[in-house]
Amino acid sequence: MSYVIIGNSFAAIGAVEGIRKHDIRTPIIIISDEPYHTYSRPLISYYLGGKVPEEKIYYRDKDFYEKNKVEPILGIRAERVDFDKKEVLLRDGRRIPYNKLLIATGGKPITPLLEGIEKKNVFSFIKLDDVKEIEKAAVKGSRAVVVGASFSGLKAVEALVQRGVKVTVIDIMDRIMPRVFDERASQIAKKTLEKYGVEVLLKTTVEKILGAEKAEGVSLKDGREIACDFVILAVGVRCNTDLVKDTNMKINRGIVVDDRMRTSIPDVYAAGDVAEGYNFIEDKYMEIAIIPNAYKQGETAGENMAGAEKSFNKGFIMNSMPLFDLSVISAGLSSETGDDIRVKTVFKEKEDVYKKFYVRENKLVGYLLINDIDRAGIYTGLIMSGEDISLIEENIGEDGFGFISFPKEARKVKMLKGWSV
Amino acid sequence: MKKGINPARKRIYAKEEVCIGCRLCEIHCIAAHTKYKNDLVKAFKKVAKRPLPGIIVEERKPISFGLQCRHCAEPECVKACITGAMQKDPETGIVINDKARCIGCWTCILACPYGVIMRDISERKIASKCDFCIENGTEPACVKNCPNQALYTGDAFDEISDNAKITGIEGRA
Repeated sequence: MSYVIIGNSFAAIGAVEGIRKHDIRTPIIIISDEPYHTYSRPLISYYLGGKVPEEKIYYRDKDFYEKNKVEPILGIRAERVDFDKKEVLLRDGRRIPYNKLLIATGGKPITPLLEGIEKKNVFSFIKLDDVKEIEKAAVKGSRAVVVGASFSGLKAVEALVQRGVKVTVIDIMDRIMPRVFDERASQIAKKTLEKYGVEVLLKTTVEKILGAEKAEGVSLKDGREIACDFVILAVGVRCNTDLVKDTNMKINRGIVVDDRMRTSIPDVYAAGDVAEGYNFIEDKYMEIAIIPNAYKQGETAGENMAGAEKSFNKGFIMNSMPLFDLSVISAGLSSETGDDIRVKTVFKEKEDVYKKFYVRENKLVGYLLINDIDRAGIYTGLIMSGEDISLIEENIGEDGFGFISFPKEARKVKMLKGWSV
Repeated sequence: MKKGINPARKRIYAKEEVCIGCRLCEIHCIAAHTKYKNDLVKAFKKVAKRPLPGIIVEERKPISFGLQCRHCAEPECVKACITGAMQKDPETGIVINDKARCIGCWTCILACPYGVIMRDISERKIASKCDFCIENGTEPACVKNCPNQALYTGDAFDEISDNAKITGIEGRA
């Protein structure tokens, strides 16, 4: 009898901790193609920027596996799952039997159709091994092109600047962080990037990576050529469903799961970036590729694998991104989708403070904060609780917003007993 | 377990009716996290780099109250933390940020529905919050030193109540 988890990141660790809430004995096997003790993938940008050394990139303490009776099988790829025999087949030929299986294989980088993509010095920006390669090329005074001005692309840009690399960042959209930022927010971020010497090119795409064997530049759709020493592709991730792609498991873009993270195959669960969980703000099942969600989905899967009945149906997108001296936090909806959304904005031009709130049917369903992020979680709490905010809507976004802005009874119950969700 | 109260099931609560907004809780919290734990004067005169207070005082006259980490049973900040620095101690129940591993990404600030995690940007960016004075092993400094007993420790409520919602409640603050 054992639990098997394929994956070793946030969802997998959440699952171990979820299982161990109910079952402290049954062994857990973690299988990962990466050879490392569980580590934090977003820390790769801090590693590259010289802020966090490799020995501090771990996500849980070195004794985590031992303490939690986990047998890690690291550096070996799971090739296939035999759902009838309930076995995971490893690349080295081993067959690992399971009673309950969690697939937490995460996301994989989208590789754009691009001439010259096979050249040397063209990198992804997802895993520790990616940055171990990038750091060889990213020497002081070198030049880089980063394709994609979203979260991970921008964190790559920041890390490269910290290494003394001259960076050009390119995005096909007319804005930085197109899924989260509007024009004004994009302008604020662009100003920050340019202050740090980053060249920002929007509304254009890379057509071709130039160079003989290794990348020496890129040519853009508009005909321009930009010389560089290496290219980082950060155009997004998609669900890494390779392991189960030719099975009868139900898959859309990601593995279809219910609120208890069960897949369409008995005793098989999925969680994290590989799964399509319920996004309660969008009211649909979709990939919610963020860490808090991966952890909670993993934890929920683990609890159910251990026999508990636990649902998680409160997923939604949320992100915090410090970028140079800019602070950005966003959660829930981030654009005016539909006529039923009311938008409230606060803009302080001198301080580059920008706040934007989305209200639907008197509920807060999303927000964006730039450079005034303190106590942001109270807004997140309002999104999660889904309560009617009409009585405090005028206070939303005000300076000093806090529980003092709430009606007395609601404030007292929240602070003394907790939020109701 | 350290000497003093067992904080595993305790939280710090505020009585806004008797809080006078004097902010001594902040002062004592700061001092308690310097090497001069029981000496305000030395803590403020001799310590050049003082920590942030772990308590937030909200004030809009005539109302004021202090608020600090709830040390939640299911802490959002811990589940959201991208480095693993924010952890709930299984023995004490206290949520502690390992400053050596925190990188100041502020995901905990995004996640905490009580808004009680602060940005410490005095040197390296790190998240700063109430640690229940766990190192001192005594009643938290803010509670001990509140002149009006507007802060007290009590049992933690893990159940959540529908009464917490904004609507369905008569009147405004």
